[in-house]
Amino acid sequence: MNPFAYTSATTIPSAIAQVDTGPGSTTAAGDARFIAGGTNLLDLMKENVMRPARLVDINKLGLDAIERTEDGGLRLGALARNATTAYHPLVREHYPLLSTAILAGASPQIRNMASNGGNLLQRTRCYYFYDTGTPCNKRAPGSGCSALGALARQHAILGASEHCIATHPSDMCVALQALEATVHVASPRGERAIPFLEFHRLPGDRPDMDTTLQQDELIVAITLPNAEAFRAHSVYLKLRERLSYAFALVSVAVALDVEGGAIRGVRLALGGVAHKPWRDPAVETLLAGQPAEETSYRRAADALLQGAVPQGVGVGSNAFKIPLARRAIVRALTQAAAGTVTNLGDNVR
Amino acid sequence: MPGPRQPTRHPIHLNINGQAHALEVEAWTPLLDLLRTHLHLTGTKKGCDHGQCGACTVLVDGVRTLSCLTLAVMRDGSEVTTVEGLAQGEQLHPLQQAFIEHDAFQCGYCTPGQLCSAAGLANEGQAQSLDDVRELMSGNLCRCGAYPQIAQAVAQVVLGPGPHKSERADKPIVTGTVPA
Repeated sequence: MNPFAYTSATTIPSAIAQVDTGPGSTTAAGDARFIAGGTNLLDLMKENVMRPARLVDINKLGLDAIERTEDGGLRLGALARNATTAYHPLVREHYPLLSTAILAGASPQIRNMASNGGNLLQRTRCYYFYDTGTPCNKRAPGSGCSALGALARQHAILGASEHCIATHPSDMCVALQALEATVHVASPRGERAIPFLEFHRLPGDRPDMDTTLQQDELIVAITLPNAEAFRAHSVYLKLRERLSYAFALVSVAVALDVEGGAIRGVRLALGGVAHKPWRDPAVETLLAGQPAEETSYRRAADALLQGAVPQGVGVGSNAFKIPLARRAIVRALTQAAAGTVTNLGDNVR
Repeated sequence: MPGPRQPTRHPIHLNINGQAHALEVEAWTPLLDLLRTHLHLTGTKKGCDHGQCGACTVLVDGVRTLSCLTLAVMRDGSEVTTVEGLAQGEQLHPLQQAFIEHDAFQCGYCTPGQLCSAAGLANEGQAQSLDDVRELMSGNLCRCGAYPQIAQAVAQVVLGPGPHKSERADKPIVTGTVPA
């Protein structure tokens, strides 16, 4: 790790005063960064992928509450830990999709340490991004994308560009996307609320910018709307090369409102396939009113995977993700129609 | 000419295995390195140093934590328990006793992390079956492959006398369903 200055902030204004202004690009040398759980940032610093000159510890800002909102939703403090969130009675009972998705990711130790805000900001695990000996437009803009036409097994099939084909690795974010979360941030300019669909970016020609955050914006909370309609039919299906402790090849978050064999409403998001959790509200509108059966699900899968493009070559090809995602969407919707599946010991099939 | 600047050292207090320590650390000192190199508590192991193997697992305020990804300066005031702190004098911790009874280690390198992780698992109170124990110990890798014995040892302490059986082992695998 590079030597760096360390301070611990006790108020939000003093925290944000210590970081730099400007769009949230990660390439500025000598910048100052917030640190919460540190499970991704410190790893990247050990690899010299990120080399901030200053870390501002935000753990004492009192942003770790999990509480009901006035409109019957839930407010998750940005500094609440992932494990605390997943096991919280309000989350387990009212947002089983979120609880399940969090518990499907990482390891118990990492979940104990990781913060909710940090989970949103975690960076891709693309091996070329991590390897400072290779060209990478995300790490070093303009240097090229080493994954294109190479080892791209973990990379995107949707929304990519010639500049970057990386994926967002989070499970929690796929559930937050499906649950239509809102990200609340504070800055010297005040507070703003960012709809989850608008939080993570597609790479375009600026893959160094993962999100739409400005550098001096601090995530303070994530709110969820009331999701009672989906509580009894929620599934997070994660397909990976091990039964545990591995990133998704493809994952599907389904929140389904079904009654008498007909879909009243659905929220659908994919992980492992793009630079952000992949969701298209138009596909959800398509499914509303349709019968809860396989032909409907297949049509939705085709619509959501429109424009999917394989990447990589030989053993590094990710072409398998396209049929895998199609079947996973159908499987997840089928499971959800039968009832909520969680990983808390009560569903053994 | 002024000499080279010395890095800032931050004063912190840690209670480690019941003993209070007043320390000065540079900001970039991981807790793992503080324990092993500065305090000569070499029970905790550096396996991967990147938060992937779990060998560095310790308890911080009773919560299982990867010490390789923890900056010591960020844990000022915490209570840390390492493998050296599990036994009470000559009295082994129940997990240590169970690991011996179940032959749950070969080379022993992952074992301190396994023990602290299992102690943390017990504190969390979420495991209700052998399958849960296996899932909730999956952050600790064992290159010797002692997993079946580790799982039985942890299950014995957390769930009660065994032998414990998997509820999923003889069911057809439904790929990708969570419970992970």
